[in-house]
Amino acid sequence: MTSVAIAKRRRGSSLGARERRTMWLLLIPSLIPVALFSIYPLVNGIWLGFTDAQAGYQVVPHFNGLDNYSRLLHDSLFWSSFKIGLIWTFSVTGIQFLLALGLAMLLNAGLRFQWLVRPLALVPWAMPSVVVAILWKLIYQPDSGILNAFLQDLHLIDRNINWLGDFSLALPAIIVVGVWAGMPQTTIALLAGLQAVPSDLHEAAALDGADWWRRFSAVTWPAIRPVAVAIASLDFVWNFNEFGLVYVLTEGGPGGHTMLPMLFAYNRAFGSGQFGYAAALGNAMVLVIISIMAIFLYRQLRESR
Amino acid sequence: MFRTRPITRVGQYAALLLYVIFLGFPLLWLFSTSFKSPHELGSLHPTLFPTDWTLGNFRTALAQDQLWSSIRNSFLVAVATSVITTIIALPASYAIARYRRNFVRTTAVGWILVSQIFPFILVVIPLFIVLRNLQLINTLPGLVIVYVVWALPFTLWMLQGYVAAIPQELEEASAVDGCGKVSTLARIVFPLLLPGVVATSMFAFISAWNEFFFALVIITDPGKQTLPLLLARYVGAEGSVNLGPLAATALIATLPSLLIFALIQRRLISGMLSGAVKG
Repeated sequence: MTSVAIAKRRRGSSLGARERRTMWLLLIPSLIPVALFSIYPLVNGIWLGFTDAQAGYQVVPHFNGLDNYSRLLHDSLFWSSFKIGLIWTFSVTGIQFLLALGLAMLLNAGLRFQWLVRPLALVPWAMPSVVVAILWKLIYQPDSGILNAFLQDLHLIDRNINWLGDFSLALPAIIVVGVWAGMPQTTIALLAGLQAVPSDLHEAAALDGADWWRRFSAVTWPAIRPVAVAIASLDFVWNFNEFGLVYVLTEGGPGGHTMLPMLFAYNRAFGSGQFGYAAALGNAMVLVIISIMAIFLYRQLRESR
Repeated sequence: MFRTRPITRVGQYAALLLYVIFLGFPLLWLFSTSFKSPHELGSLHPTLFPTDWTLGNFRTALAQDQLWSSIRNSFLVAVATSVITTIIALPASYAIARYRRNFVRTTAVGWILVSQIFPFILVVIPLFIVLRNLQLINTLPGLVIVYVVWALPFTLWMLQGYVAAIPQELEEASAVDGCGKVSTLARIVFPLLLPGVVATSMFAFISAWNEFFFALVIITDPGKQTLPLLLARYVGAEGSVNLGPLAATALIATLPSLLIFALIQRRLISGMLSGAVKG
């Protein structure tokens, strides 16, 4: 036993008074800014959702109970933004997950050219979301964009399409961008999960004559499942709270057809100065996220037992 | 490894190629657009690469004072964020990694996860009011404060992973040799931690350099805008007309993040996952 451990025992507790003081001293530089600029605003933000707060100076917010929420239930823009938000979130998260799983499995299959693909799969992560939006705006350009030119060359379309300006195409178009932007973290997480699967398990299964699907469902999936559930949940939350990408791509247009909840709330808060109402929208978003996550995680837990 | 049938291999390479196109093409297109002449950009039949390469778009972009002031603002904010975040996160991450059987660790990890769930709108409205009361709205220091707090969860997560990777026996051995806590930390722990610290601070730099939402809310004065704000304004105002300079500016704005990212790629990934794997 080392002298430190003996000294610890002599003091009679696992963490002596002196160590406890050291620990708090180490934590304080982080705790103060977090308390002031993260926890306080968060609590205050939740509270503002139950008030009539406005943007102006010196306007004292008044508690107004559930007024914001009854207004919200009668606001058709709220319903449409949350509907769009859920379509966006489920599509992006789902497609992202499947594509990233495929890519991660390819990267784990011992192919050549991995040195080329691996960094490529990470680059979107390092880019400002505004630049990602610009990339795709260039591709979707109605007049001189490459996508229209390409599809015309293949005779798939006969006139140029305004991808981001079309009521029914704008949402699918931004979903593609959302998928692209979120590929890196999903791929890396799943790849790490795959690399932790012992390869002799696979070999044993292959020797027993298991086909690809059997090997995947009986060996790979159970092993990567915790990582998969974790990254899918995080992606879900991040996608539901998305803002910058879509703000630059469409600003919620055309005609509000890509108005995600965050964009709607932002417009209410900083466009029309309705702080209380925007905070109520934020609270509604939290409620939606928590309920969906609870259902999802509960089912995952039950199944994995 | 067991054998893979040749036909499967072909399928795998074909799939990999599709991924390369999906992931890489948008990047290639930005690159190519930024080197095309206005004449070529107006063409109805765009080519994959410029037929004659020009630096004109970069010249146009760099001739604008606004771009230079945005670069300066972004740089100042990102450096300040990365330095401050690292300095305050370092001691805390040590505490989180070392005092494991304590509620601090559970609370910290819980907070890091929970902080992801809340949409920024809930945080940003009170922050806006607080910064306005402190006269820090529309200032770079105000933005730095927000970025530091915003970058902290991930910074703590990464750093505590690096601390946990240093064997505690080393510290105990140094204590046996008569070193005090402070000198153990300074002589043994910190040097081993340095590569992780560098990677983490660079990550904080990238986060601040790339951030858009908080900047949009906090900064309204064009003289104080950061690069993402400038780019967003370009897109809104003249983006569809001036594609070349827009692409050039976007490329310039991405370069620092990309360079740093290339440097720390490996550490960043292992840092992210070290926490995840050890739990």
